[in-house]
Amino acid sequence: MNTLIEKTSIGGLEVVLSTRNLGKYFYDPVKFKALDNVSFDAYEGEFLTLVGKSGSGKSTLLYCLSTMDTVYEGELYIKGEKITGKKPDELAAIRNENIGFVFQFHYLLPEFTCLKNVMIPARRLGKYGYEEIEHKAYEKLKILGLQDQALKPASKLSGGQQQRVAIARALINDPAILMGDEPTGNLDSKNSAVVFDIFKEISSQYGQTIIAVTHDNDFAKASDRTIELADGRIIDQDKNDFE
Amino acid sequence: MKKNINIDIAFTHIYTRKKQTMVAALGVAIGVGMYLFMNSLDAGFSKYSTDEIFKNNAHIKIYKNDEISKPLTTDDSSGLRVIINPQITTLSKKIINPEALLAAVKSQPYVTNAIAQVNFDAYYNRGKAQIKGTGNGVNMIEYAQMFNTDKYMVAGNTEALQGNLNGIIIGSGISEKLSLSINDNITVTSSFGIVKVMKIVGIFMTGSSMNDNTKSYVNISTAQQFIKEGPSFVSTLFINTRDANNPEPFVQKLQQLTSYTVEDWKTSNADVLSGNNTRETMMGAISMAILIVAGFGIYNILSSTIIQKINDIAILKATGFNGNDVVKIFIVEAIIMGIIGTAVGLLLGSVLIAIMSNIYMGGPVGYFPIGFEITLFIRSFILGMLITLCAGYFPARKAAKVDPVEIFRK
Repeated sequence: MNTLIEKTSIGGLEVVLSTRNLGKYFYDPVKFKALDNVSFDAYEGEFLTLVGKSGSGKSTLLYCLSTMDTVYEGELYIKGEKITGKKPDELAAIRNENIGFVFQFHYLLPEFTCLKNVMIPARRLGKYGYEEIEHKAYEKLKILGLQDQALKPASKLSGGQQQRVAIARALINDPAILMGDEPTGNLDSKNSAVVFDIFKEISSQYGQTIIAVTHDNDFAKASDRTIELADGRIIDQDKNDFE
Repeated sequence: MKKNINIDIAFTHIYTRKKQTMVAALGVAIGVGMYLFMNSLDAGFSKYSTDEIFKNNAHIKIYKNDEISKPLTTDDSSGLRVIINPQITTLSKKIINPEALLAAVKSQPYVTNAIAQVNFDAYYNRGKAQIKGTGNGVNMIEYAQMFNTDKYMVAGNTEALQGNLNGIIIGSGISEKLSLSINDNITVTSSFGIVKVMKIVGIFMTGSSMNDNTKSYVNISTAQQFIKEGPSFVSTLFINTRDANNPEPFVQKLQQLTSYTVEDWKTSNADVLSGNNTRETMMGAISMAILIVAGFGIYNILSSTIIQKINDIAILKATGFNGNDVVKIFIVEAIIMGIIGTAVGLLLGSVLIAIMSNIYMGGPVGYFPIGFEITLFIRSFILGMLITLCAGYFPARKAAKVDPVEIFRK
C-alpha cells in the first residue's frame, strides 16, 4: 500500500486498466450492440464511476472489465498486461489477485462468520498463512468499523454492515482495482454515505483504483471522474475533477 | 481444515445441512449394506457348494481315460468307403508305475498333497439284503487330511482303519439300510467275485445321499485284493494344490509329467459351477442396481445444494476460484457423504451377516453358510466410494460451469 502511494507521488500516474475499442453484442432476443467502441484508461488511485440510463451498457462494460465476461471485441489491459484471450483459470487467478468486487447485494456466505468471509479470497490466493490472513482480515474489518462483528455469522448483520463486510472481503488481497456494481443500490442514504466515504478513502489513501457503476447521481458527482454511457457508447468523459 | 479453503467450505456446507447429508448418506448406507449382504450370501453359498464338491473331489485328479479305437486308415483320397466301428479299447484302468508318478507329482512345488486311490465296484451284503456301491482303497490318514473326512465321521474314527486290513468305513446310508452299526461285520463282494467279511470301524455321513448310500473306504492293499491286482495297481491319483480356485495352470504342468488324463475339479463339476456363476451374476446385478439407486440420492442432494448455493458459487468464482476449485468443493462434499454412508453401510451389512449366520437351516447345511469376507468388504467400500464420486462429479461439473455474470446481473 505504501509503495503505491510513493509511486503516485514520485512519478506520473500509472494506467491500471485500459480498454481499446471494446464492443459487445447481445443476441437474445435480437442482435443488439450493447457496447460500441469503448476505449478509456483508468488510473492508479482514481475513483471512477460509470453512469448512464438503464440499458446504456454500463453494467455490461463493468462485467467485461471484471474479466468474468469474456465474449467481447476489442482489448482489455490490466496493469499493462493484455487480458483478452486468456484462459478461464488464468482470469480467475488475475481476479483473485488484482480485482475486488462489491455488488448491489453483499453475496456473503451465510454459514461463515464475517471474519471467515473476509478471509476467503486471501485463502484462495494462498500467499500468507492462516493466522496471518486472519490478522489481516481483522485489520480490514477494523478499518471498516466492524471489529466487534468479526465473529458473528454474516447473516446476523444489518444490510449496511453486510455491505461493509463485503467491501472488507474485496480489499483483503489489496487489489489494484475495486469494482462495484451499484454498491449503494440497496442501502439507505446514511449507509450509502458511509460506503462512499470508504471508497473515497481507499482511492485517495491507499492508491487503489475504483470503478463503480451507479445510478446515484450524488455518488457519481462526488467521484473523481464519471464516464457516461448511452447506447453502448461513451458520451461524456468528465476528467476535470481529476489531475 | 484450516489449510484448504475448498475443504473448509465443503465441511461448512455439510455441517450446516446435516439433515440432507444424513439422507444422502443413508441412501448410500442401504445400498452398500445390501450390496455387502447379498454378495456375502452368494459367496457363502458358493463356498458351501464348492466345499460339497471337495468332500470327494481333489483339486486335480489323474486317471486313465477310456480310449476309443481308431480306424486303420484315414486316407480319404483313395475313394474307398471305410466302415468303422469305434469302440472302447481300454483293457485296464491301471496306472503303470504309480509310485514314480506319485513321487514326481509330490515333488512339484505347487502340489500340497497327493494320494493314490484304488476304486472297485462293491456289493455290501447282510443276509439276503444287498447294496451296490463303490469301494475306495486309500491310505486313510492321508485321505482324511485331504478331504476332511474326520469332520463327517458319526461313529468310530478314520485312524482305526490304519493297518487294519480287515476294517472298513461305510456310509451312513449303508449302515441304516443293512441295520449295521460300528464293530458289526459286513460281507463285501467285488465284481471280480472276491468275498470278504469285514469289520465296520467307522461310519461317515456327508449329507450327500449319493456318497452316504454307496461309498466305503478300505486299505489300498485290501482294495487291490478285491480286484485281483498286485500292489502296484492304482486307478486314480488325487492332487491338491496351493490354489484351489485356479487349477488350470497346474493341470497344464502336470499333463507334461504323464500321458494319463489330468482333470481339474472345475471340469468335472462344470454343471455346479455354471449354476454358481448364474447366481453370482444375478445377485451382483441386483445389488449393483441398489447401489446405483443410492448414487442418485447423492446426485439429487448435491444438485439441490448447488441450486441453493448458486450465489455463493458466483461470488467464489468472482473472487478468483476457478472451475476446479468449485468441483473440488462439491466432490469433497460427496466424499464426506460417501464415507459416512459407506461406513454405516458396512456396519449394516455386518449386522445382517451376523444375524443370518445364526439362522439354523438344519440338515447337512447346519447354520446358514454366510461369513465375513474381507475382500467383499473392500469391494463394497470401493464401489460405494466410486458411485459416490460419480454421483458427485456431475453436479460438481454443473456448479463449475455457473456463469457468475448471469447471476450478478439478475
